[in-house]
Amino acid sequence: MDFQYFLELFFGGLTRGSIYALIALGYTLVYGIIELINFAHGEVYMIGAFTALIVAGLLGFTGFPAAGILVVAALAAVIWCAAYGYTLEKVAYKPLRGAPRLSPLISAIGMSIFLQNYVLLSQTSDFVPFPRLLPEFDFLEYIGYIMGPSDFLILVTSTCTMVALTCFIRYTKMGKAMRATAQNRKMAMLLGIDADRIISLTFIVGSALAAIGGVLIASHMGQVNFNIGFLAGMKAFTAAVLGGIGSLPGAMLGGMVLGLCESFTTGYISGNYEDVLAFGILIVILIFRPDGILGKAKVQKV
Amino acid sequence: MKPVLEVKGLSKNFGGLRALNDVDLTIHQGEIVALIGPNGAGKTTFFNCITGIYVPTEGSVTLHKGEQAIVLNGKKPHEVTALGMARTFQNIRLFPDMTVLENVMVGRHCRTKAGIIGALLRDPITRAETQDSIDKSYALLESVNLHEVYHETARNLSYGAQRRLEIARAMATEPQVLLLDEPAAGMNPQETRELEGLVQQIREQNELSILLIEHDMGMVMSMSDRIYVMEYGSRIAAGTPAEIRSNPQVIKAYLGEGDYA
Amino acid sequence: MQRILKSALVALWFMVLTFPLLAIKINPVSKTVSWHFDRVAMLAVGIFVLALGWDWCFSRKNRGLPVFSLPQNITARMSAIANNMALRRASLFFIVGALVAMPLTSSLYQTNIMISALLYVMLALGLNIVVGLAGQLVLGYAAFYAVGAYTYGILFQHFGLGFWACLPLGGVFAVLFGLGLGFPVLRLRGDYLAIVTLGFGEIVRLSLQNWSDLTGGPAGIANIPRPGLFGVDLSLEGSTTYIYYLVLAAVFLTVLVIGRLRNSRVGLALKALREDEIACEAMGINLMRIKLSAFALGSCWAGFAGVIFAAKTTFINPSSFTFMDSCMILSMVVLGGMGSISGVAIAAMILILAPEYLRAFSEYRMLIFGLIMVLMMIFRPQGLVSGEKLTYRISALLAKGKGGAA
Repeated sequence: MDFQYFLELFFGGLTRGSIYALIALGYTLVYGIIELINFAHGEVYMIGAFTALIVAGLLGFTGFPAAGILVVAALAAVIWCAAYGYTLEKVAYKPLRGAPRLSPLISAIGMSIFLQNYVLLSQTSDFVPFPRLLPEFDFLEYIGYIMGPSDFLILVTSTCTMVALTCFIRYTKMGKAMRATAQNRKMAMLLGIDADRIISLTFIVGSALAAIGGVLIASHMGQVNFNIGFLAGMKAFTAAVLGGIGSLPGAMLGGMVLGLCESFTTGYISGNYEDVLAFGILIVILIFRPDGILGKAKVQKV
Repeated sequence: MKPVLEVKGLSKNFGGLRALNDVDLTIHQGEIVALIGPNGAGKTTFFNCITGIYVPTEGSVTLHKGEQAIVLNGKKPHEVTALGMARTFQNIRLFPDMTVLENVMVGRHCRTKAGIIGALLRDPITRAETQDSIDKSYALLESVNLHEVYHETARNLSYGAQRRLEIARAMATEPQVLLLDEPAAGMNPQETRELEGLVQQIREQNELSILLIEHDMGMVMSMSDRIYVMEYGSRIAAGTPAEIRSNPQVIKAYLGEGDYA
Repeated sequence: MQRILKSALVALWFMVLTFPLLAIKINPVSKTVSWHFDRVAMLAVGIFVLALGWDWCFSRKNRGLPVFSLPQNITARMSAIANNMALRRASLFFIVGALVAMPLTSSLYQTNIMISALLYVMLALGLNIVVGLAGQLVLGYAAFYAVGAYTYGILFQHFGLGFWACLPLGGVFAVLFGLGLGFPVLRLRGDYLAIVTLGFGEIVRLSLQNWSDLTGGPAGIANIPRPGLFGVDLSLEGSTTYIYYLVLAAVFLTVLVIGRLRNSRVGLALKALREDEIACEAMGINLMRIKLSAFALGSCWAGFAGVIFAAKTTFINPSSFTFMDSCMILSMVVLGGMGSISGVAIAAMILILAPEYLRAFSEYRMLIFGLIMVLMMIFRPQGLVSGEKLTYRISALLAKGKGGAA
């Protein structure tokens, strides 16, 4: 019985963690390339959840099969979020390239507030129920007590996404260009890589990942709200920092570690301080090991 | 002549890389000593180690002040400055949005005392100290010929003027040893000659010693009393300009293998 | 023509982009959809105009011209006015007079709004020390405000301490929190510092929310007394007026202190810290001490403001001290101009009073705050009032001037 509880918490933690990881990848990609904490990234995730909700709602009237709705809604969320990410970069960050380091960060915070209120004003301030679209998996019957269909789907989808992303970064030409730009932007530009395009691409990829995270969490939790982006964003950022910001495997690992930590503390100690835990980890890591678990220490240039 | 700054066996490792390897260096009272070497030889790392920005892996840095010998390694940069060693930076590091005068006044910080309470009460002592600081800073600007632009924002100065402002700012800390990191970088020959005169004048007026990193050989040869040469983090030669000029090892370091003589 | 075409394309792009969120609203309970095409159309027109303006702003920015600038003769006249000591004094006198007379001529409601505005002026000026002068981006400033407010609330509830005893204590506790935060973050770079302070702010708020025994949890603390005036029982109106003058005095004190501080040795060191940390240290400035001073000085004002806030509303709960509140204060500093006293004070007044008096505007308040932060960073990072250069009296020049005259 105790072990079963443990397993339940373990898989719950993994589920949560893989969502954090998906969003954390967006932070890490952007930070790796332009050293900016894209504060509005959590908002993109929230917009993804809302877009999926709206599309799913529309399709719901047409009598489409549930699984089909989910796929179409997710696709729509990915496309629109990618567009939001692209626009966000063009409007709020690109004009600030070369500005003092804090300017883009303040701009990012401004953008985050703006997007939150944009959704608040155009949609609603209430929690909106997300339709139940998840298919039932027969084989889960036996382990249903530790893992529901949404957990299963989240784990499978996020694992596939992360594998796909890793392959993209490792083996495609664009992925290589991204890595080169992250290492040395000037040199990459001299070698004929269009840095602006790579930066746009980074935002597009990161936002698309956030959108997937948004759809998954919305169908898992069953409701969305205009300010879910802030907390999820902060936690994902914590995950990114925990793993070593700028490192892709780090973001995945960080997400899992954070998810498990949260799940176990909530399960064994108390749920009251769940958010405090995340912020606490964030602070402790930033102060004592700002390069994270997998990051490398950098020497400051004088 | 008695030594002012003594560096013994200074080494610095960055991970597996040995950036400085057992470097010795001595500066005597009133001397101008140059530190030269190819790019990446570890000269700036040496500066950073003796000014406390990096903590050296091994070795000792000692500043002689009267009869006192003060060990500098392990001290923080601000303590090193307060003890009498000031520096300029290779890639100019002024306070760009402050005025020229304010830049120099910041250098007076460690020679003044007023705290928050003094700032709020503006008592006569604080006021006198502030006025003194302003006037001394202005005088320093006169000595580097920047007094006419004292109210200008530092970022608007020309490159050469920014380098001179850095020197004036370092001088405001009343150093015993002044470290100049490539002060002539990016200057034209005319400006370099003016800078030479300025450095000489500073030494004579203030009885201080100067350690100079520089690539302009004309400047190094004409003004230094002694020269240290570094390569790959190690000291490969030391001596007067004449000795250095004819040192085969130095020639090799600069020109590579081969018969050039 | 090309420009118009480009702007039209931008508008079209935004129409597509915002279409699902702006135009479609689904009611999942009644299973109905409402369409709002008018919103998208309005947005498209707005974006079209903005895109035209955006290009124009950039072409100015790229030519090194300020984005908002007035004709030469007006700026010249304005700076002449600004430099005219007599006029400056007169206008200052007028502003002070108006502020002092305000509660006597307006309703209770308006006085209350004015108190909030002045409290925010105080907060913004306090944050301006940390962000504007010292360049340390703190995103959890509301936490110090909360510390001040809860100091009063808790000390009253558990020990019966009154307002005047709590006012300095609120400052002291806020400073202690400031130092407690400042100490571990000393080594952190700008953006990491920002995030750590954000986390700190959230932890403070979450703790207030969860530690019910001490703080009353989400419900907060009620029935906090208003400040007494030598034992006289004041009516609601009387005590509001009293608090108004109290806040006003506190604001004047803040302005005085920051003005003096900015002009001092410590002020210079703070500015040097903002400009270049390494050079600052190389100039003999103790980074640890100056950073902690910045944190202490900044948090102390938030503490005072918090105590006054608790006394004004007589009721506090954690929802007044969220990240959004911190951001609001930050946007005042950003709008006003980092390091500028008058700019930040004016910005705080505008940002608090405008939504109160323009009701149509109030719904869009946070939207506009966010937009302000983005646009200011892009087009006018120095703020409305860019940091005034301080003038120094140089003895040598004064002597020369006198010598020349004689």
